[in-house]
Amino acid sequence: MLKNRLATALIWLSAVLICAVFARLLADMLLNGVPRLSWTFLSTAPSDAGRAGGIGPIIVSTGLIVLVAVIAAGPLGLATAILLSEFTSPSRRFGRLIERSLEVLAGVPSIVFGLFGNAFFCIYLELGFSILSGGLTLACMALPIMLNTAAAGLRAAPDDYRLCAAALGISRTAALLHLLLPAAAPAIIAGLMLGIARAGAETAALIFTSGYVDRMPDTLMDSGRALSVHIYDLAMNVAGGDANAHASALVLMLLLFTINSLATCLTRHWLRNRIMTS
Amino acid sequence: MKKAISAVVLLLLISATGYFAFRINPAGTEPAGASNTEKLVLTGSSTVAPLAAEIGKRFESRHPNVRIDVQTGGSSRGVNDARAGLADIGMASRALKPDEAGLKSFTIALDGIGIIVNAANPLTALDKQQIIDIFTGKVTNWKELGGNDAPITVVNKAEGRSTLELFLHYFGLKNTDIKAQVVIGDNQQGIKTVAGNPDAIGYVSVGAAEYEAGHAAAIKLLPLDGIAASVENVRNGSFPLSRPLNLLTKTEPAGVAKDFIDFARSADVNDLIEAQYFVPVAH
Amino acid sequence: MTLSKRNILSPSLTDKRLAWLLSGCALLAALIVVLILGFLLNESWPVLRHVSLRHFFADASWHPTQGLYNLMPMLTATLLSSLGALVLAGPLGVASGLFMHYYAPPRLAGVYRRLIELLAGIPSVVYGFWGLVTLAPLVGRLHPPGVSLLTAILVLALMVLPTVALIADAAFAAIPPAYLRGAAALGLSPWGTISGVVLPAARGGLVSGLLLAAGRALGETMAVLMVAGNAVQQPHSLFDSVRTLTANIALEMAYAMGDHRAALFVSGLALMLLVLLLVGMADVLSRKTAYA
Repeated sequence: MLKNRLATALIWLSAVLICAVFARLLADMLLNGVPRLSWTFLSTAPSDAGRAGGIGPIIVSTGLIVLVAVIAAGPLGLATAILLSEFTSPSRRFGRLIERSLEVLAGVPSIVFGLFGNAFFCIYLELGFSILSGGLTLACMALPIMLNTAAAGLRAAPDDYRLCAAALGISRTAALLHLLLPAAAPAIIAGLMLGIARAGAETAALIFTSGYVDRMPDTLMDSGRALSVHIYDLAMNVAGGDANAHASALVLMLLLFTINSLATCLTRHWLRNRIMTS
Repeated sequence: MKKAISAVVLLLLISATGYFAFRINPAGTEPAGASNTEKLVLTGSSTVAPLAAEIGKRFESRHPNVRIDVQTGGSSRGVNDARAGLADIGMASRALKPDEAGLKSFTIALDGIGIIVNAANPLTALDKQQIIDIFTGKVTNWKELGGNDAPITVVNKAEGRSTLELFLHYFGLKNTDIKAQVVIGDNQQGIKTVAGNPDAIGYVSVGAAEYEAGHAAAIKLLPLDGIAASVENVRNGSFPLSRPLNLLTKTEPAGVAKDFIDFARSADVNDLIEAQYFVPVAH
Repeated sequence: MTLSKRNILSPSLTDKRLAWLLSGCALLAALIVVLILGFLLNESWPVLRHVSLRHFFADASWHPTQGLYNLMPMLTATLLSSLGALVLAGPLGVASGLFMHYYAPPRLAGVYRRLIELLAGIPSVVYGFWGLVTLAPLVGRLHPPGVSLLTAILVLALMVLPTVALIADAAFAAIPPAYLRGAAALGLSPWGTISGVVLPAARGGLVSGLLLAAGRALGETMAVLMVAGNAVQQPHSLFDSVRTLTANIALEMAYAMGDHRAALFVSGLALMLLVLLLVGMADVLSRKTAYA
């Protein structure tokens, strides 16, 4: 009886503590950033080293970089997740090797990704400082997260589905497409969300790959400054850039939050229509 | 299954076409005359980068066919890239070292380096020997200098930075001599660290410190050898510790690079230089 | 899962083709790590060639421009800050997951989940900035200088908390409802259900979540750069200023040339070895865990 009360109290306490700390963080940011937010801020280009003007081209660059990252990492991560959960047995070396190397990938520091991305994508593949380089580097960073969650979701799909599919004589590919992937869809989307969050929030890797130019990008080969890089520059490099740094941070957070919420809503809606879990 | 395979094939085709479409015009090697835009790439010091970007924007507005791309990476990057031809112009926030003498350097602005302490610190001046004692760890408490009874938090710059090298040169120290509690990277980090700690002392760009102190940041600039640390004093040359902000090229600049460098050194951009709290070079 | 063996149940051509396609993709994904390691080795070679490994452990200090390459204080700082962050964020994250699933009323749980999702999207720069401007002065009032190991631990814990919480949430959601009904049928108390049924069932997911968080904490650069103080010294107390390996690379890479630059890549290599060790340990630990 006492254990229950204690457990309940501790868990509620930790939830309250977390809320309090983050409320303080959000309040600080809102107080400093909201005064600068406006429609013009979101659509005009930066001027006076970012202290005046807005962040329009920067938002576009960020969106493109994240898009490239998701398109590059999503299918690759999903394919690897399917392989790991459906086609290899954990006792065989191949599957374990793949899993371990991806876990190591998850631990690579962001600055090493930046230097690697610079050397490999920018210099060796001759993509130069570009949105493409930045997106591909971020794809490498987000891959482990997407893969991990997708694999967990696929593994959690009930074995009944696989047995029924086999009993009906459906190929495993068809079972995958029509039964298992929809059942794991929430986890896959969650992995995508976490991956996007990781990509959008990354700074060190992007400074060395997608660069510093704050002009509106014409093609994927143009250099484009991401929001996180802009925030870093304003906060740490430009005198008097604090106010716009806070405002840009708010925009980034709102952007990522909207993507996350959209994904969650989509998943819930889709789940209800596709498949009934007990 | 057929649908999946065709989808994959289609995707591969689209990405292949996209890749080859971009490959035809790789970044930065537009053949002259094929399209009208010329591109100039600058890399180097993150101190000079915001200024160079603003000058670049004004240059672009006057020369519609030119694009100026500014990237950061540090003064050493600027020197290396200029030397290796990876960038058209390198940016450095210091004078060239003896082994870099092969490069051509053009000064576009000056920046002073001043000592800052927290605004709550009662001391108003420190002489050269006192500063040396503080930074080498001989004096560890403010009360030894007539201030509060509190341990001094020394804020030093990271190794290799131009500001650090100038500071060491002026005070005749080596980096191994300095006993610092906190090491920072960029100027703003230094300002925020000192503003958040009542017993801190550090050194940053004079212009940035003057701006922040004037905008209610909790720091104040200390005079050096009796001369107040202000942008005005750097301008009239009386402030002893200042560094040039340079544009570097491998050979004598020509074409767009020459136009840009001339523009950056002209009086047309003095307002931009002052907006970044640097000092324009006298003309 | 015995059903996963490639040669039973389905010899269809479609499945064989799919298996090959998937293997190709997986190899590509695994190749990235190999490329990164190769890149690090290539860049550190100039200094590893003529400076023996002993220097990296036994030199007097870290002053690469003067040929001194001791990495140990920074290695200790990296380990301690990540460990501290996990010790804080692990239990709190799992508690958040439990809160969302078993303790909070559904609407509150939904709001709380939204909050955590919002926090997962905060850039590391913002955490670092807030840490420098708000948290460091607060810690400084306890004991100068404020920017210290403790501040770094706190900021890192804040950063990995949403990851752990969201993954714990997903892990708890994946528990078969039958388990919970069984526990209720047996008359287990709420805490008994959680400690006896929920946590063991979700262990695989939780461990992988903690591993991801550990990786994230070890690899974090920007935020620690701003709040840890960056003095190269062995920490003797939580309030000492420290420099992590990642912050070291970020701080000095921009201005490093020749041997100095290669030495920085050696520290990157040291970090990767740490991660390899961590993954190896986790591999050994998880051999007995179920695959769900």
